[in-house]
Amino acid sequence: MTDFVIKVRNVEPVHVFELKGYLDAHTAPKLEETFQDLIDKGNHLIVVNCSNLSYISSAGLGVFMAFVEDLREKQGDIKFSNMTDKVFNVFDLLGFPLLYEIFKDEKEAVEKFTNAKNN
Amino acid sequence: MKHNSEKKNLKELIIKSKTSYLTKVRNFISEEAKKFGFSDDEVGKITLAVDEACTNIIKHAYKYSGDNTIYLKLNARNNTFEIVIEDYGMPFEPKAIKMPDMREHVRSYKRGGFGMYLMKSLVDKVEYQIQPGVKNRVFLIKYLQ
Repeated sequence: MTDFVIKVRNVEPVHVFELKGYLDAHTAPKLEETFQDLIDKGNHLIVVNCSNLSYISSAGLGVFMAFVEDLREKQGDIKFSNMTDKVFNVFDLLGFPLLYEIFKDEKEAVEKFTNAKNN
Repeated sequence: MKHNSEKKNLKELIIKSKTSYLTKVRNFISEEAKKFGFSDDEVGKITLAVDEACTNIIKHAYKYSGDNTIYLKLNARNNTFEIVIEDYGMPFEPKAIKMPDMREHVRSYKRGGFGMYLMKSLVDKVEYQIQPGVKNRVFLIKYLQ
């Protein structure tokens, strides 16, 4: 049974993660692996599209925390988009909006990266 | 004969200490919380708090060894929805765990410590009863307003 699916799309120069389902302590290692693979290949600009993410626990949030510092040191970042209220509330409770940029649409998040690159 | 008009509901779920059982835990709690009368938003909060408590047990009390058991006991009465989660793993001293200033914590890219903070924020009461070498119990209580 798969209750969590990650799809990665390349929207040059950004990689978009589409997360679907339940991100908890059981499924977090899968996301961790995906991040690690991508970073190992030299990709540092990541947008996480949460439109189909139904649930997140602290184990899932821990994955973003594990990579964001390293990514920023490499002039990259993790930005979020299309969050449901339910998922946003968990981010908000922990003060994550202070640390991460969260956009309404994926396009805005991708453009923030591309505009920054062009300037 | 004594009549008891109190609304009481005692239920139990027993799981193995594996993260693959978290779905089962969430389904059990959300179904019961919904039946008790909580809104979808409140159901979500209680469910996440219980997930965090079980995750902590799997990770810290049982150190990911999956052969152990976690007991969840639901005691729903009047306006009180109480979940007691028991394990027989490593004890811990709840007072030794400082609640971080989340803003500072997040700014310094700390990775852990979110689970206990979330639990405290999501339900009305979190209590621990630790009997070292015997058992550990976490009580999560949410009141129906």
